[in-house]
Amino acid sequence: MRINQGCFSFLPDLDDTQIAAQIGYCLRQHWAVAIEFTDDPHPRNTYWSMWGLPMFDLADAAGVMHELRACREANPEHYVRVNAFDSTKGWETVRMSFIVQRPTKEPGFRLIRQETSGRNLRYTLESYAVTAATEGARYAG
Amino acid sequence: MSASDLQGLSPAAPPASDMHIDLAAEYADAGIGDVLERLERDLVGLAPVKRRVREIAALLLVDRVRQRLGLTTAAPSLHMSFTGNPGTGKTTVALRMAEILQRLGYCRRGQVVAVTRDDLVGQYIGHTAPKTKEVLKRAMGGVLFIDEAYYLYRPENEKDYGQEAIEILLQVMENQRDDLVVILAGYADRMERFFESNPGMKSRVAHHVDFPDYANAELGEIAERMLAQWNYRFDPAARLAFDEYIALRRDRPHFANARSIRNALDRMRMRQALRLFESGATVDADTLSTLSEADVRASRQFSEPSAAARRDEPEFDSELDFDPERGADRIDY
Ligand SMILES: Nc1ncnc2c1ncn2[C@@H]1O[C@H](COP(=O)(O)OP(=O)(O)O)[C@@H](O)[C@H]1O
Repeated sequence: MRINQGCFSFLPDLDDTQIAAQIGYCLRQHWAVAIEFTDDPHPRNTYWSMWGLPMFDLADAAGVMHELRACREANPEHYVRVNAFDSTKGWETVRMSFIVQRPTKEPGFRLIRQETSGRNLRYTLESYAVTAATEGARYAG
Repeated sequence: MSASDLQGLSPAAPPASDMHIDLAAEYADAGIGDVLERLERDLVGLAPVKRRVREIAALLLVDRVRQRLGLTTAAPSLHMSFTGNPGTGKTTVALRMAEILQRLGYCRRGQVVAVTRDDLVGQYIGHTAPKTKEVLKRAMGGVLFIDEAYYLYRPENEKDYGQEAIEILLQVMENQRDDLVVILAGYADRMERFFESNPGMKSRVAHHVDFPDYANAELGEIAERMLAQWNYRFDPAARLAFDEYIALRRDRPHFANARSIRNALDRMRMRQALRLFESGATVDADTLSTLSEADVRASRQFSEPSAAARRDEPEFDSELDFDPERGADRIDY
Protein backbone atom coordinates (compact mmCIF):
# COMPACT_ATOMS: atom_id res chain seq x y z
CA MET A 1 0.00 0.00 0.00
CA ARG A 2 1.52 3.21 -1.16
CA ILE A 3 1.85 5.77 1.60
CA ASN A 4 0.57 9.23 0.80
CA GLN A 5 2.05 11.96 2.92
CA GLY A 6 2.97 15.53 2.15
CA CYS A 7 2.84 17.30 -1.19
CA PHE A 8 2.72 15.45 -4.49
CA SER A 9 2.08 12.10 -2.83
CA PHE A 10 -0.82 11.29 -5.14
CA LEU A 11 1.37 11.89 -8.17
CA PRO A 12 3.85 9.39 -9.51
CA ASP A 13 7.15 9.66 -7.62
CA LEU A 14 9.17 12.71 -8.62
CA ASP A 15 12.43 12.06 -10.42
CA ASP A 16 15.61 13.83 -9.37
CA THR A 17 15.23 16.66 -11.86
CA GLN A 18 11.76 17.34 -10.54
CA ILE A 19 12.93 17.10 -6.93
CA ALA A 20 15.75 19.56 -7.64
CA ALA A 21 13.26 21.92 -9.29
CA GLN A 22 10.99 21.81 -6.22
CA ILE A 23 13.95 22.43 -3.92
CA GLY A 24 14.99 25.30 -6.18
CA TYR A 25 11.54 26.78 -5.62
CA CYS A 26 11.90 26.43 -1.83
CA LEU A 27 15.31 28.11 -1.87
CA ARG A 28 13.97 30.99 -3.92
CA GLN A 29 11.37 31.52 -1.17
CA HIS A 30 14.31 31.63 1.30
CA TRP A 31 13.07 28.58 3.14
CA ALA A 32 15.57 26.36 4.94
CA VAL A 33 15.56 22.88 3.48
CA ALA A 34 16.05 19.77 5.60
CA ILE A 35 16.21 16.07 4.85
CA GLU A 36 14.61 13.48 7.15
CA PHE A 37 14.29 9.71 7.05
CA THR A 38 12.43 6.98 8.90
CA ASP A 39 11.31 3.40 8.71
CA ASP A 40 8.30 4.10 10.85
CA PRO A 41 5.97 6.01 8.53
CA HIS A 42 2.90 5.90 10.76
CA PRO A 43 0.90 9.05 10.00
CA ARG A 44 1.14 10.13 13.64
CA ASN A 45 4.91 9.75 13.72
CA THR A 46 5.82 13.34 12.93
CA TYR A 47 9.35 13.05 14.27
CA TRP A 48 11.49 11.49 11.61
CA SER A 49 15.27 11.32 12.05
CA MET A 50 17.16 14.31 10.72
CA TRP A 51 19.80 13.77 8.08
CA GLY A 52 22.27 16.40 9.22
CA LEU A 53 21.10 19.89 10.06
CA PRO A 54 18.61 21.96 8.12
CA MET A 55 20.43 23.78 5.34
CA PHE A 56 20.38 27.56 5.49
CA ASP A 57 21.76 30.09 3.02
CA LEU A 58 21.96 27.80 0.02
CA ALA A 59 21.73 29.39 -3.39
CA ASP A 60 21.23 26.27 -5.42
CA ALA A 61 19.56 22.87 -5.13
CA ALA A 62 22.80 21.03 -5.90
CA GLY A 63 23.86 21.13 -2.24
CA VAL A 64 20.60 19.53 -1.09
CA MET A 65 20.72 16.93 -3.84
CA HIS A 66 24.23 16.06 -2.72
CA GLU A 67 22.99 15.37 0.82
CA LEU A 68 19.96 13.55 -0.51
CA ARG A 69 22.16 11.15 -2.46
CA ALA A 70 24.24 10.50 0.67
CA CYS A 71 21.10 9.90 2.75
CA ARG A 72 19.66 7.48 0.21
CA GLU A 73 22.90 5.60 0.04
CA ALA A 74 23.01 5.19 3.82
CA ASN A 75 19.30 4.36 4.07
CA PRO A 76 18.32 2.58 0.87
CA GLU A 77 15.11 1.04 2.27
CA HIS A 78 13.83 3.95 4.30
CA TYR A 79 11.35 6.68 3.64
CA VAL A 80 13.11 9.96 2.97
CA ARG A 81 11.41 13.34 2.82
CA VAL A 82 12.40 16.91 2.14
CA ASN A 83 11.03 19.62 4.44
CA ALA A 84 11.16 23.33 3.72
CA PHE A 85 10.94 25.57 6.75
CA ASP A 86 9.86 29.19 6.55
CA SER A 87 11.43 31.19 9.37
CA THR A 88 9.59 34.42 8.54
CA LYS A 89 7.84 35.90 11.51
CA GLY A 90 4.25 34.75 11.68
CA TRP A 91 4.94 31.61 9.64
CA GLU A 92 7.77 29.89 11.52
CA THR A 93 6.63 26.57 10.22
CA VAL A 94 7.21 23.91 7.61
CA ARG A 95 5.70 25.24 4.40
CA MET A 96 6.33 22.26 2.21
CA SER A 97 7.18 18.61 2.76
CA PHE A 98 7.39 15.78 0.27
CA ILE A 99 8.57 12.20 0.08
CA VAL A 100 11.62 11.63 -2.11
CA GLN A 101 12.28 7.97 -1.46
CA ARG A 102 10.23 5.00 -0.32
CA PRO A 103 11.10 1.33 0.34
CA THR A 104 10.75 -1.09 -2.56
CA LYS A 105 7.94 -2.92 -0.80
CA GLU A 106 5.34 -1.05 1.22
CA PRO A 107 3.13 -3.63 2.87
CA GLY A 108 0.88 -0.98 4.39
CA PHE A 109 -1.16 -0.90 7.57
CA ARG A 110 -3.40 -3.28 9.37
CA LEU A 111 -6.61 -2.05 10.95
CA ILE A 112 -6.89 -3.33 14.50
CA ARG A 113 -10.30 -3.54 16.10
CA GLN A 114 -10.30 -3.69 19.84
CA GLU A 115 -13.57 -4.58 21.48
CA THR A 116 -14.17 -2.67 24.66
CA SER A 117 -17.01 -2.38 27.10
CA GLY A 118 -20.51 -2.34 25.70
CA ARG A 119 -19.48 -3.84 22.36
CA ASN A 120 -17.74 -0.59 21.53
CA LEU A 121 -14.91 -0.77 19.07
CA ARG A 122 -11.60 1.07 19.18
CA TYR A 123 -9.77 1.29 15.93
CA THR A 124 -6.07 1.69 15.46
CA LEU A 125 -3.54 1.32 12.66
CA GLU A 126 -0.45 -0.81 12.77
CA SER A 127 2.15 -1.06 10.08
CA TYR A 128 2.85 -4.57 8.85
CA ALA A 129 6.46 -3.66 8.29
CA VAL A 130 7.06 -2.01 11.64
CA THR A 131 5.33 -4.52 13.92
CA ALA A 132 7.55 -7.51 13.59
CA ALA A 133 10.99 -5.97 13.24
CA THR A 134 13.38 -3.66 15.00
CA GLU A 135 14.31 -0.23 13.74
CA GLY A 136 16.51 -0.45 10.68
CA ALA A 137 15.33 -3.95 9.75
CA ARG A 138 11.75 -3.13 8.90
CA TYR A 139 11.61 -2.83 5.15
CA ALA A 140 14.45 -5.22 4.46
CA GLY A 141 12.58 -7.00 1.67
CA MET B 1 19.78 13.95 -43.66
CA SER B 2 16.24 14.18 -42.37
CA ALA B 3 15.22 15.40 -38.97
CA SER B 4 14.43 11.90 -37.78
CA ASP B 5 17.96 10.75 -38.65
CA LEU B 6 19.37 13.54 -36.54
CA GLN B 7 17.43 12.51 -33.48
CA GLY B 8 19.20 9.20 -33.19
CA LEU B 9 22.64 10.77 -33.17
CA SER B 10 24.65 10.77 -30.00
CA PRO B 11 26.53 13.96 -29.12
CA ALA B 12 29.80 12.32 -30.14
CA ALA B 13 28.61 11.69 -33.68
CA PRO B 14 30.23 13.63 -36.52
CA PRO B 15 29.17 17.27 -36.46
CA ALA B 16 26.70 18.77 -38.83
CA SER B 17 29.33 20.43 -40.97
CA ASP B 18 26.90 22.60 -42.84
CA MET B 19 25.80 24.45 -39.72
CA HIS B 20 26.93 28.05 -39.48
CA ILE B 21 27.16 29.86 -36.22
CA ASP B 22 27.58 33.56 -35.80
CA LEU B 23 30.05 34.00 -32.94
CA ALA B 24 29.31 37.70 -32.65
CA ALA B 25 25.64 36.90 -32.18
CA GLU B 26 26.51 34.24 -29.59
CA TYR B 27 28.60 36.81 -27.77
CA ALA B 28 25.81 39.37 -27.82
CA ASP B 29 23.26 36.74 -26.75
CA ALA B 30 25.27 35.71 -23.73
CA GLY B 31 25.50 39.34 -22.63
CA ILE B 32 29.11 38.96 -21.54
CA GLY B 33 30.23 41.87 -23.67
CA ASP B 34 28.64 44.13 -21.13
CA VAL B 35 30.42 42.44 -18.20
CA LEU B 36 33.77 42.56 -19.97
CA GLU B 37 33.28 46.18 -20.82
CA ARG B 38 32.46 47.05 -17.23
CA LEU B 39 35.55 45.15 -16.13
CA GLU B 40 37.60 47.20 -18.54
CA ARG B 41 36.03 50.46 -17.44
CA ASP B 42 35.64 50.04 -13.68
CA LEU B 43 39.04 48.62 -12.86
CA VAL B 44 42.15 50.73 -13.15
CA GLY B 45 45.19 49.09 -14.76
CA LEU B 46 45.29 45.28 -14.58
CA ALA B 47 45.85 44.99 -18.36
CA PRO B 48 47.23 41.42 -18.24
CA VAL B 49 44.37 40.29 -15.98
CA LYS B 50 41.75 41.79 -18.24
CA ARG B 51 43.36 40.06 -21.21
CA ARG B 52 43.30 36.70 -19.40
CA VAL B 53 39.66 37.16 -18.44
CA ARG B 54 38.83 37.90 -22.07
CA GLU B 55 40.74 34.83 -23.18
CA ILE B 56 38.90 32.63 -20.72
CA ALA B 57 35.54 34.13 -21.71
CA ALA B 58 36.32 33.58 -25.40
CA LEU B 59 37.42 30.02 -24.75
CA LEU B 60 34.22 29.25 -22.88
CA LEU B 61 32.07 30.88 -25.52
CA VAL B 62 33.73 28.85 -28.27
CA ASP B 63 33.51 25.75 -26.16
CA ARG B 64 29.80 26.25 -25.75
CA VAL B 65 29.36 26.44 -29.51
CA ARG B 66 31.58 23.41 -30.02
CA GLN B 67 29.43 21.49 -27.61
CA ARG B 68 26.35 22.39 -29.55
CA LEU B 69 27.98 21.11 -32.75
CA GLY B 70 29.06 17.91 -31.07
CA LEU B 71 32.78 18.71 -31.34
CA THR B 72 33.28 18.62 -27.58
CA THR B 73 31.42 16.54 -25.08
CA ALA B 74 33.20 16.98 -21.79
CA ALA B 75 32.36 20.04 -19.71
CA PRO B 76 35.43 22.27 -19.59
CA SER B 77 37.38 22.54 -16.37
CA LEU B 78 36.71 25.94 -14.88
CA HIS B 79 38.64 25.97 -11.63
CA MET B 80 41.10 28.84 -11.46
CA SER B 81 43.91 30.27 -9.42
CA PHE B 82 44.28 34.02 -8.94
CA THR B 83 47.73 34.89 -7.71
CA GLY B 84 49.09 38.24 -6.64
CA ASN B 85 49.78 40.38 -3.61
CA PRO B 86 46.97 41.54 -1.33
CA GLY B 87 44.72 44.28 -2.64
CA THR B 88 45.50 43.69 -6.29
CA GLY B 89 41.86 43.10 -7.14
CA LYS B 90 41.54 39.32 -6.96
CA THR B 91 38.25 39.32 -5.09
CA THR B 92 36.89 42.08 -7.27
CA VAL B 93 37.75 40.20 -10.46
CA ALA B 94 36.34 36.95 -9.02
CA LEU B 95 32.97 38.67 -8.68
CA ARG B 96 33.06 39.64 -12.36
CA MET B 97 34.23 36.19 -13.34
CA ALA B 98 31.24 34.68 -11.57
CA GLU B 99 28.99 36.95 -13.58
CA ILE B 100 30.64 35.88 -16.84
CA LEU B 101 30.35 32.21 -15.94
CA GLN B 102 26.71 32.65 -15.11
CA ARG B 103 25.91 34.44 -18.34
CA LEU B 104 27.65 31.73 -20.32
CA GLY B 105 25.60 29.13 -18.50
CA TYR B 106 28.48 27.54 -16.60
CA CYS B 107 27.14 28.67 -13.22
CA ARG B 108 23.47 28.52 -12.39
CA ARG B 109 23.30 31.27 -9.76
CA GLY B 110 26.64 33.07 -9.96
CA GLN B 111 26.96 33.85 -6.25
CA VAL B 112 30.47 34.12 -4.80
CA VAL B 113 31.19 32.59 -1.42
CA ALA B 114 34.51 33.90 -0.09
CA VAL B 115 36.24 31.83 2.58
CA THR B 116 39.61 31.23 4.23
CA ARG B 117 41.09 28.24 5.99
CA ASP B 118 39.11 28.95 9.16
CA ASP B 119 35.82 28.54 7.37
CA LEU B 120 36.76 25.11 6.05
CA VAL B 121 38.96 23.47 8.66
CA GLY B 122 37.67 22.40 12.06
CA GLN B 123 39.21 22.33 15.52
CA TYR B 124 38.87 18.67 16.38
CA ILE B 125 38.39 15.26 14.80
CA GLY B 126 35.13 15.07 12.91
CA HIS B 127 34.69 18.83 12.75
CA THR B 128 36.29 19.47 9.37
CA ALA B 129 34.14 17.41 7.03
CA PRO B 130 30.80 18.94 8.03
CA LYS B 131 32.33 22.42 8.01
CA THR B 132 33.79 22.04 4.55
CA LYS B 133 30.64 20.43 3.20
CA GLU B 134 28.51 23.19 4.62
CA VAL B 135 30.58 25.79 2.78
CA LEU B 136 30.56 23.75 -0.42
CA LYS B 137 26.79 23.47 -0.31
CA ARG B 138 26.44 27.22 0.07
CA ALA B 139 28.75 27.77 -2.88
CA MET B 140 27.00 25.31 -5.20
CA GLY B 141 25.58 26.97 -8.25
CA GLY B 142 28.27 29.63 -7.97
CA VAL B 143 31.90 30.29 -7.19
CA LEU B 144 33.85 29.29 -4.10
CA PHE B 145 36.64 31.82 -3.59
CA ILE B 146 39.31 30.49 -1.21
CA ASP B 147 41.61 33.28 -0.07
CA GLU B 148 45.13 32.21 0.85
CA ALA B 149 44.26 28.67 -0.13
CA TYR B 150 47.76 27.35 0.64
CA TYR B 151 47.07 27.62 4.38
CA LEU B 152 44.90 24.55 3.96
CA TYR B 153 48.10 22.56 3.65
CA ARG B 154 50.43 22.47 6.66
CA PRO B 155 53.12 19.90 5.92
CA GLU B 156 54.87 20.57 9.23
CA ASN B 157 51.90 19.07 11.09
CA GLU B 158 50.96 15.67 9.76
CA LYS B 159 47.79 15.59 11.84
CA ASP B 160 46.57 18.88 10.44
CA TYR B 161 42.90 18.76 9.52
CA GLY B 162 43.54 20.90 6.44
CA GLN B 163 44.37 17.79 4.45
CA GLU B 164 40.86 16.50 5.05
CA ALA B 165 39.38 19.72 3.69
CA ILE B 166 41.62 19.47 0.62
CA GLU B 167 40.46 15.93 -0.06
CA ILE B 168 36.78 16.86 0.14
CA LEU B 169 37.42 19.85 -2.09
CA LEU B 170 39.23 17.73 -4.67
CA GLN B 171 36.38 15.29 -4.79
CA VAL B 172 33.78 17.96 -5.40
CA MET B 173 36.02 19.80 -7.89
CA GLU B 174 36.23 16.61 -9.90
CA ASN B 175 32.77 15.11 -9.56
CA GLN B 176 30.56 18.15 -9.38
CA ARG B 177 32.08 20.40 -11.99
CA ASP B 178 28.64 21.47 -13.11
CA ASP B 179 27.74 22.61 -9.63
CA LEU B 180 30.74 24.56 -8.46
CA VAL B 181 33.70 26.59 -9.68
CA VAL B 182 36.59 26.98 -7.26
CA ILE B 183 38.94 29.96 -7.38
CA LEU B 184 42.09 29.70 -5.26
CA ALA B 185 43.67 33.02 -4.41
CA GLY B 186 46.88 34.12 -2.75
CA TYR B 187 50.53 34.98 -3.14
CA ALA B 188 52.10 33.52 -6.29
CA ASP B 189 55.13 31.85 -4.69
CA ARG B 190 53.18 30.18 -1.89
CA MET B 191 50.54 29.03 -4.33
CA GLU B 192 53.26 27.50 -6.49
CA ARG B 193 54.62 25.58 -3.50
CA PHE B 194 51.10 24.52 -2.56
CA PHE B 195 50.57 23.12 -6.05
CA GLU B 196 53.90 21.32 -5.94
CA SER B 197 52.91 19.45 -2.81
CA ASN B 198 49.32 18.93 -3.97
CA PRO B 199 49.53 17.68 -7.55
CA GLY B 200 45.88 16.64 -7.40
CA MET B 201 44.92 20.27 -6.87
CA LYS B 202 47.30 21.49 -9.54
CA SER B 203 45.88 19.16 -12.16
CA ARG B 204 42.34 20.32 -11.48
CA VAL B 205 43.04 24.01 -11.81
CA ALA B 206 42.85 24.89 -15.47
CA HIS B 207 43.26 28.66 -15.55
CA HIS B 208 45.93 30.70 -13.85
CA VAL B 209 45.64 34.44 -13.63
CA ASP B 210 48.47 36.56 -12.31
CA PHE B 211 47.70 39.91 -10.71
CA PRO B 212 50.56 42.43 -10.91
CA ASP B 213 51.13 45.11 -8.29
CA TYR B 214 49.74 48.52 -9.16
CA ALA B 215 52.04 51.33 -10.22
CA ASN B 216 51.93 54.45 -8.08
CA ALA B 217 50.04 56.37 -10.73
CA GLU B 218 47.43 53.61 -10.90
CA LEU B 219 46.98 53.69 -7.14
CA GLY B 220 46.46 57.45 -7.41
CA GLU B 221 43.75 56.92 -9.95
CA ILE B 222 42.16 54.16 -7.87
CA ALA B 223 42.07 56.60 -4.95
CA GLU B 224 40.33 59.23 -7.04
CA ARG B 225 37.73 56.72 -8.19
CA MET B 226 37.09 55.46 -4.69
CA LEU B 227 36.62 59.00 -3.46
CA ALA B 228 34.33 59.84 -6.35
CA GLN B 229 32.24 56.79 -5.47
CA TRP B 230 31.74 58.09 -1.96
CA ASN B 231 31.18 61.68 -3.20
CA TYR B 232 34.50 62.97 -1.96
CA ARG B 233 37.47 64.49 -3.77
CA PHE B 234 40.97 65.80 -3.13
CA ASP B 235 41.73 69.46 -3.57
CA PRO B 236 44.74 69.92 -5.89
CA ALA B 237 47.29 70.21 -3.07
CA ALA B 238 45.89 67.14 -1.34
CA ARG B 239 46.10 65.20 -4.59
CA LEU B 240 49.81 65.98 -4.87
CA ALA B 241 50.38 65.09 -1.24
CA PHE B 242 48.61 61.81 -1.79
CA ASP B 243 51.07 60.89 -4.53
CA GLU B 244 53.84 61.37 -1.97
CA TYR B 245 51.85 59.32 0.48
CA ILE B 246 51.62 56.43 -1.98
CA ALA B 247 55.37 56.43 -2.56
CA LEU B 248 56.04 56.39 1.20
CA ARG B 249 53.39 53.83 1.99
CA ARG B 250 54.63 51.35 -0.58
CA ASP B 251 57.91 50.89 1.31
CA ARG B 252 56.26 50.26 4.63
CA PRO B 253 55.28 46.86 6.02
CA HIS B 254 51.90 45.30 5.19
CA PHE B 255 51.52 47.31 2.04
CA ALA B 256 48.42 45.93 0.34
CA ASN B 257 47.99 47.84 -2.91
CA ALA B 258 44.43 49.08 -3.44
CA ARG B 259 43.35 47.91 -0.02
CA SER B 260 45.94 50.13 1.68
CA ILE B 261 44.65 52.97 -0.41
CA ARG B 262 41.11 52.36 0.69
CA ASN B 263 42.16 52.21 4.34
CA ALA B 264 44.21 55.37 4.01
CA LEU B 265 41.25 57.18 2.49
CA ASP B 266 39.04 56.00 5.32
CA ARG B 267 41.44 57.51 7.83
CA MET B 268 41.68 60.72 5.84
CA ARG B 269 37.92 61.05 5.80
CA MET B 270 37.97 60.59 9.53
CA ARG B 271 40.54 63.38 9.92
CA GLN B 272 38.55 65.64 7.64
CA ALA B 273 35.44 65.05 9.72
CA LEU B 274 37.28 65.89 12.92
CA ARG B 275 38.87 68.98 11.35
CA LEU B 276 35.48 70.29 10.20
CA PHE B 277 33.91 69.48 13.51
CA GLU B 278 36.59 71.19 15.56
CA SER B 279 36.76 74.28 13.37
CA GLY B 280 33.18 75.05 14.38
CA ALA B 281 32.57 76.89 11.14
CA THR B 282 29.48 76.38 9.00
CA VAL B 283 29.89 73.87 6.22
CA ASP B 284 28.45 73.41 2.76
CA ALA B 285 28.35 70.44 0.42
CA ASP B 286 31.65 71.49 -1.11
CA THR B 287 33.57 71.62 2.19
CA LEU B 288 31.98 68.36 3.27
CA SER B 289 33.27 66.54 0.23
CA THR B 290 36.76 67.98 -0.03
CA LEU B 291 39.84 66.40 1.52
CA SER B 292 42.53 68.98 2.09
CA GLU B 293 46.30 68.67 2.11
CA ALA B 294 46.31 68.73 5.92
CA ASP B 295 44.06 65.65 6.03
CA VAL B 296 46.57 63.78 3.91
CA ARG B 297 49.74 65.06 5.52
CA ALA B 298 48.59 64.26 9.05
CA SER B 299 49.31 60.64 8.19
CA ARG B 300 52.12 59.04 10.14
CA GLN B 301 53.81 58.07 6.89
CA PHE B 302 55.04 61.63 6.64
CA SER B 303 56.40 61.95 10.18
CA GLU B 304 57.93 58.59 10.90
CA PRO B 305 61.32 57.34 9.80
CA SER B 306 61.36 55.21 6.68
CA ALA B 307 61.19 51.45 6.77
CA ALA B 308 64.94 51.12 6.31
CA ALA B 309 65.69 53.32 9.31
CA ARG B 310 63.42 51.48 11.70
CA ARG B 311 64.16 47.96 10.61
CA ASP B 312 65.46 46.77 13.99
CA GLU B 313 62.67 48.29 16.00
CA PRO B 314 59.97 45.90 17.19
CA GLU B 315 57.34 45.94 14.57
CA PHE B 316 53.99 46.99 15.78
CA ASP B 317 52.05 49.63 14.07
CA SER B 318 48.36 49.63 14.69
CA GLU B 319 47.68 52.05 11.90
CA LEU B 320 49.31 49.76 9.40
CA ASP B 321 48.00 46.53 10.80
CA PHE B 322 44.47 47.63 11.23
CA ASP B 323 42.56 46.58 8.21
CA PRO B 324 38.84 47.24 8.50
CA GLU B 325 38.33 45.65 5.14
CA ARG B 326 39.60 42.22 6.00
CA GLY B 327 36.48 41.52 7.98
CA ALA B 328 34.19 42.82 5.32
CA ASP B 329 35.82 40.52 2.78
CA ARG B 330 34.54 37.42 4.47
CA ILE B 331 31.02 37.62 3.21
CA ASP B 332 28.98 36.03 0.51
CA TYR B 333 28.45 38.34 -2.37
N1 LIG C 1 41.88 48.10 -10.40
C1 LIG C 1 41.10 48.56 -9.39
N2 LIG C 1 40.36 49.65 -9.58
C2 LIG C 1 39.59 50.10 -8.58
N3 LIG C 1 39.51 49.56 -7.35
C3 LIG C 1 40.25 48.46 -7.10
C4 LIG C 1 41.07 47.90 -8.11
N4 LIG C 1 41.70 46.82 -7.60
C5 LIG C 1 41.26 46.70 -6.32
N5 LIG C 1 40.39 47.69 -6.01
C6 LIG C 1 39.75 47.87 -4.71
O1 LIG C 1 40.68 47.48 -3.72
C7 LIG C 1 40.07 46.76 -2.68
C8 LIG C 1 40.77 45.43 -2.47
O2 LIG C 1 40.66 44.63 -3.61
P1 LIG C 1 40.42 43.06 -3.55
O3 LIG C 1 39.78 42.64 -4.82
O4 LIG C 1 39.72 42.71 -2.28
O5 LIG C 1 41.91 42.54 -3.49
P2 LIG C 1 42.49 41.07 -3.18
O6 LIG C 1 41.36 40.11 -3.26
O7 LIG C 1 43.51 40.88 -4.27
O8 LIG C 1 43.14 41.16 -1.84
C9 LIG C 1 38.62 46.62 -3.06
O9 LIG C 1 37.91 47.56 -2.32
C10 LIG C 1 38.57 46.96 -4.53
O10 LIG C 1 37.38 47.62 -4.84
